[in-house]
Amino acid sequence: MTSIPQIVVNDLQYHYPDGTIALKGVSLNIYRGEIVGIMGKNGAGKSTLIKTFNGLLKPTFGTVYVENNNISDTFTSYLSKKVGIVFQNPELQLFANTVEDEIKFSLKNLNLSKEAIDEKISETLKIFDLEKYRNRSPFNLSGGEKKRLAIASIMCRDPEIIVFDEPTIGQDASGITFIKQIIKENATSGKTVVIVTHDIEFTIDVIPRIILMADGLVVADGPTHKILSHDTILEMTSLTSPQLVKFSKSLTELGEKVPEDIFLVKQMVQYLSEFFKNESRKRKGGKP
Amino acid sequence: MNLIKFEDFSFKYSGQAQDFVLKDIDLEIDQGKFILLSGITGSGKTSLVRAMNGLIPQFYHGEMIGNVFVKGKNTREVPTSLLSKEVGLVFQNPENQLLAMNVEREIAFGPENLGIEWNEIDSRIKECLKVVNIEHLKKKAPFELSGGEQQRVAIASVLSLQPELIILDEPTSLLDPLGAIRILLLLKDLLQEKKVSTIIVIEHRLDLVLPLSDEIILIDKGRIIEQGKTHEVINGDIFLNIGLNIPKCVSVFQTLKNDKLYQGKLPLSVQESIEIIKMS
Ligand SMILES: Nc1ncnc2c1ncn2[C@@H]1O[C@H](COP(=O)(O)OP(=O)(O)OP(=O)(O)O)[C@@H](O)[C@H]1O
Ligand SMILES: Nc1ncnc2c1ncn2[C@@H]1O[C@H](COP(=O)(O)OP(=O)(O)OP(=O)(O)O)[C@@H](O)[C@H]1O
Ligand SMILES: [Mg+2]
Ligand SMILES: [Mg+2]
Repeated sequence: MTSIPQIVVNDLQYHYPDGTIALKGVSLNIYRGEIVGIMGKNGAGKSTLIKTFNGLLKPTFGTVYVENNNISDTFTSYLSKKVGIVFQNPELQLFANTVEDEIKFSLKNLNLSKEAIDEKISETLKIFDLEKYRNRSPFNLSGGEKKRLAIASIMCRDPEIIVFDEPTIGQDASGITFIKQIIKENATSGKTVVIVTHDIEFTIDVIPRIILMADGLVVADGPTHKILSHDTILEMTSLTSPQLVKFSKSLTELGEKVPEDIFLVKQMVQYLSEFFKNESRKRKGGKP
Repeated sequence: MNLIKFEDFSFKYSGQAQDFVLKDIDLEIDQGKFILLSGITGSGKTSLVRAMNGLIPQFYHGEMIGNVFVKGKNTREVPTSLLSKEVGLVFQNPENQLLAMNVEREIAFGPENLGIEWNEIDSRIKECLKVVNIEHLKKKAPFELSGGEQQRVAIASVLSLQPELIILDEPTSLLDPLGAIRILLLLKDLLQEKKVSTIIVIEHRLDLVLPLSDEIILIDKGRIIEQGKTHEVINGDIFLNIGLNIPKCVSVFQTLKNDKLYQGKLPLSVQESIEIIKMS
């Protein structure tokens, strides 16, 4: 991680035309190659915040810098090449007549040759398992399929900063595994990934740092497993702790000596394997 | 009488070279149950519930074989507007359901169309705003709300109809985690107080819904492949093997089972996991 942040938000306020103050003075830094989660209550301002990253919304007060460009005086067309946002609601993003056209449109203005575009379309449809729907209207897809197409239509542009608003909505196990893989691959190759999500189990698996918001403000920013086991902070931001964190805590209350940072399935299996082996040894030992 | 009955039902959407998306469905939905409907992306969950309130075939056209009955009424014959007293459907995408000027009007819309008295509507609005925790938003336009706020409005606008059967298509996908739990518990309460007779929830986030469900229906490639009591289904052969998001507690005990370290039932929740440990 270099020391100069890639996204710098400073005392940002955003007021909607109807008078709603959605952001009340948000400051944060995001570094190149990071995977960062943004979590918090419904209406906290998460979607509003990320819409400033590509200049879709301009600050009412305060500043947002993306790679030293002040978004208030940078062309949105320039920013939208750098920053790709997958919106919360795929239907607000999809508009073409066919799945193929949706990807094709996305690849416009990137100065690609016709051949390169065709190749990119086929590649994208294949990676995202949408080939069979190539000629289908995006609106006649299932909920999870729409989300996958929305993600595909942003990823095919290969943006340097990728922002996902609720990527796991409507996804089954293989869909979630696939999204985790995309996120990890992109971060490893130096891309920055920002993820707005309510999905705690997904967060604990792939997101190392989270920023928590409440009421238009940032209320916590730190390592995921620490924040997600802090009861007061969770309560304040309408979050709950992950299943296995709850499980470890309850085990501790029972008097078991559980290591403090168990939150993955494989760690819990390891711990309980020992537990069950001991129990059965005790039982055998106890028999006359 | 069954609340819903599918008889030898199949459906394919019109257009292009489509396949049947629902096949040979024979299904009965009884009263007094909290039912989880699950299956992977594209398996046919949304299509199945569209057939429970007449949206299929009245709104979504295609080729329909067999019949669906809602309290004995054939959904081919009775208009969807008249079925809305019996079946309330919260859409997968809340935005597609919202149309009024403000939140309050949105919640009033359904009951007004059923010709319910204004006094009664007024008290339902107040009640519904409260239960989904959006009293502060009542004068706002539904399109100027956050995703989770819209989902709450969509749920409230179906609750205000007080239907016998409430179907929710991924109702918690946009809700914050505590909000999701509260709203699911509220639905469970409505059922226990007999204010609704049955609830069907479609969910991918199984960790929240499993502990509340009396029954599970599993669908795969347009076919119902399992229907039964929650504990029986999760301990059966199918549940773990069709690509669902298995809650972590279930995965942990399943792995221990495979390793022959544990022999009992799989737990539905953290609480049940702890019970297992206490009993060991
Ligand atoms: N177009 C709009 N006009 C007016 N107010 C809006 C608009 N969009 C959102 N708001 C309000 O701004 C606040 C922040 O909304 P935002 O969508 O950023 O929340 P969020 O944190 O993304 O919530 P969720 O988890 O529900 O998606 C909310 O109170 C919301 O009602
Ligand atoms: N309006 C439509 N026209 C044509 N095909 C459709 C339409 N809606 C859905 N389909 C197709 O029917 C199949 C079942 O879709 P459905 O929406 O019922 O799935 P689902 O189980 O609800 O999936 P998800 O979990 O992703 O929401 C999918 O293959 C989908 O592409
Ligand atoms: Mg949002
Ligand atoms: Mg669906």
